[in-house]
Amino acid sequence: MTKAEIRQLALDILSSIAPETDPSALAGHEDIREALDIDSMDFLNFVIALHQRTEIEIPEADYPKLFTLNGVAAYLSQ
Amino acid sequence: MSSPVAKPVRMSYREACRQAIRDALTNDPRTFLMGEDVGLYGGCYAVTKGLLDEFGPRRIRDTPLSESAFVGAGIGAAIAGMHPIVEIMTCNFSLLALDQLLNNAASIAHMSGGQFAVPLVIRMATGAGRQLAAQHSHSLEGWYAHIPGLKVLAPGTVEDARHMLRSALADPNPVLIFEHIVLYNVEDELDPAVESVDIGSAKIRRPGRDVSVLAYGNSLPKALAAADTLAKEGIEAEVVDIRVLRPLDNATIFESVTRTRRCIIVDEGWKSGSISAEIAARLSENLFFELDAPIRRICSREVPIPYSRHMEEAALPQTSAIIESARTLIGSR
Amino acid sequence: MSDFLMPSLGADMERGKLVEWLVKPGSKVRKGDVIAIVETHKGAFEVDIFQEGVIADLCAVEGQEVPVGAVLARLAPSDKAPALGTLRAPANPVAAEKAPEVALAAPPSPEALSASGKPAKVAQKVSPMGPGSRAHAKVTPAARRRAAELGIDPYTLKGTGIDDSVTFADVERASASHVGPEAPAGPTRPGRGFDPLQMRQAIAAAMSRSKREIPHYYLTTTIDMGPSLSWLETFNTERLPDQRLLPATLFLKATALALREVPQLNGFWENGRFRPGSGIHIGWAVSLRGGGLIAPAVHDVDTMTLPELMIALRDLVARARGGGLRSSEMTNPSFTVTSLGERGADCVIGVIYPPQVATLGFGRISVRPWVTGGKVTARPIVVSSLSADHRASDGHAGGLFLAAVDRLLQEPLKL
Repeated sequence: MTKAEIRQLALDILSSIAPETDPSALAGHEDIREALDIDSMDFLNFVIALHQRTEIEIPEADYPKLFTLNGVAAYLSQ
Repeated sequence: MSSPVAKPVRMSYREACRQAIRDALTNDPRTFLMGEDVGLYGGCYAVTKGLLDEFGPRRIRDTPLSESAFVGAGIGAAIAGMHPIVEIMTCNFSLLALDQLLNNAASIAHMSGGQFAVPLVIRMATGAGRQLAAQHSHSLEGWYAHIPGLKVLAPGTVEDARHMLRSALADPNPVLIFEHIVLYNVEDELDPAVESVDIGSAKIRRPGRDVSVLAYGNSLPKALAAADTLAKEGIEAEVVDIRVLRPLDNATIFESVTRTRRCIIVDEGWKSGSISAEIAARLSENLFFELDAPIRRICSREVPIPYSRHMEEAALPQTSAIIESARTLIGSR
Repeated sequence: MSDFLMPSLGADMERGKLVEWLVKPGSKVRKGDVIAIVETHKGAFEVDIFQEGVIADLCAVEGQEVPVGAVLARLAPSDKAPALGTLRAPANPVAAEKAPEVALAAPPSPEALSASGKPAKVAQKVSPMGPGSRAHAKVTPAARRRAAELGIDPYTLKGTGIDDSVTFADVERASASHVGPEAPAGPTRPGRGFDPLQMRQAIAAAMSRSKREIPHYYLTTTIDMGPSLSWLETFNTERLPDQRLLPATLFLKATALALREVPQLNGFWENGRFRPGSGIHIGWAVSLRGGGLIAPAVHDVDTMTLPELMIALRDLVARARGGGLRSSEMTNPSFTVTSLGERGADCVIGVIYPPQVATLGFGRISVRPWVTGGKVTARPIVVSSLSADHRASDGHAGGLFLAAVDRLLQEPLKL
């Protein structure tokens, strides 16, 4: 997957988790949790969806790497 | 020997007053009765008829026509340890004893730092309705209810007439009992199980949910009659017998008006500065946000009570006025 | 034959609007089946039934406002052929006087509804006077007070009192009259989410009642989360994301087990006395994006394993935010837990949700200096805070409870 595809995937997932928000306005370096008011339950759902769609292992210790869209793209394209 | 279960006894308000005095004289040697014409004549309203024969002139004492003197004597006797009953012929005449009542009876306990109680009871006739004209027909109980140090009672039922005296004599304060002249001939069944009434509280005589009608004395039967008529129209009036004009029983009155949210006060006194004015003020001070209609008062016209029958009737609170007022307060629903 | 009544979906509910029947006469139902959608000022709820049987009769029509406690449906035993009734409206659909005295919130004012963009349910008796005539309309003091409580504008009502004044009874009638046959013919299907304005009013009513009536006492304990978190880390490392646990599950389970030890915190204050909860059903406070809060119940938390609890919690939070909460989840939480999560404040001093008698808060887990064995070490800690109703319990019980929560969190294996 390209970084652009990963970014689009992340935005799709975030839209379904927080339908009241507009993730497309997110800047790449912004903390997703702050910008979209995502709590730990939402974030877990985000990780679950990323894992199910990409089948990439995401250990809990790596969660902080997924706090921004840039981070998600970097992590999943490795 | 134990008596069989006592049956209700039918008696008049006058007879109830007499029985109350007989009881007091029988049960307490400190009690005696004095006043104008209470002995040989048997009382101006015949309440004390026969008591002179039964108890003798030491305990049933006719006095000179000087209210100031015999009320003063009663106060002195009470301070000295007696529990006297003083009768004043009508409350109009009590004004001659006002100095004794206000400056002595009501004040001595306070001025002596509580050393002297004045366990005196003064009975007087009040009210209009028997064509006795302006000098014998006024309702001045509201005036006395203004005075700290006095208790002011207004029995409106035969039961209260029968039992209030005993509680009044047991009270260490001077107590004024206002007996309404129209009620003397009213008869009712007395429940023999009732042996005393408390002189601290008002009493709900008829429960209802739509409007509280507060009344005392001879206004009570008028309020009850009005409630009967209103009930046929679907208006449930609650009739509260105020009966203790000082100290007023705020709790019972407030509780009733909080429930019904509407209030009519019936008072045979003149409206200006009356006990009804005091109650209305307390209600608006305390229950303003509970009220669903303005407080209404039905009082005597502000004239000296006239002699001629139709004018006297026109001057007094009447049942029809209570009914009309309740209908207006409740509106169209 | 038994009656299925309109449930009370919170202490502040007086009536609900039957939006949709999901069953019809003759339908067989089992415990837990959703039989109807009911809308309250908190939003739309799925009403689930708690007994088995056959629907014999539907007693309310779609679009009708039904007071709490009024019959919604009649249920026949499943082994008997039901005598099928026809769909009909109850004889007295309003029965406003049956609404519980404790009810506080009520349908919002017409203005509030209009502002929210929904069709305004204007009270039926509208004064011909325009808004400019407010100064001339007479509203009695009692009516004003009641109108404020019910969120109704009394100046829009027609008065029947003295001088055509608006009375207490007029306000109550107006409040009860968004009802029945005169309701708009084709009710629009409500969204499954929550109307923020209505929810704000519901929260305002419940929290005002709480602070007005409940003498709160507050206790806090700082808990070392080291053992719990290291256990959780090990547990989660071995598992895929959808099987991982959040610290919230540990908080909930520890709370439930501590409530077993201190049952006087699990239940309700009603009619001047404490009524114990029928099980340990813990309301979980879910904050909604864009404002608002709802605390539906996880049932029998003390009997669930941590993975079961995690599944239940994810499901509950999803439905709380997306709509589809069940009536049983709203009716019976007997205790509430609020956890501020990783971005929250250090500590929350909660407001009890009446008629419950206590609420427990957990702040953010943060690493702080901690003294053990005479040495200062960096440990993850959390501040737990209990707000409890002093009518139902005393500080000693509260202290025992917090100590139990602390002790349980030190031994996560046993949770």
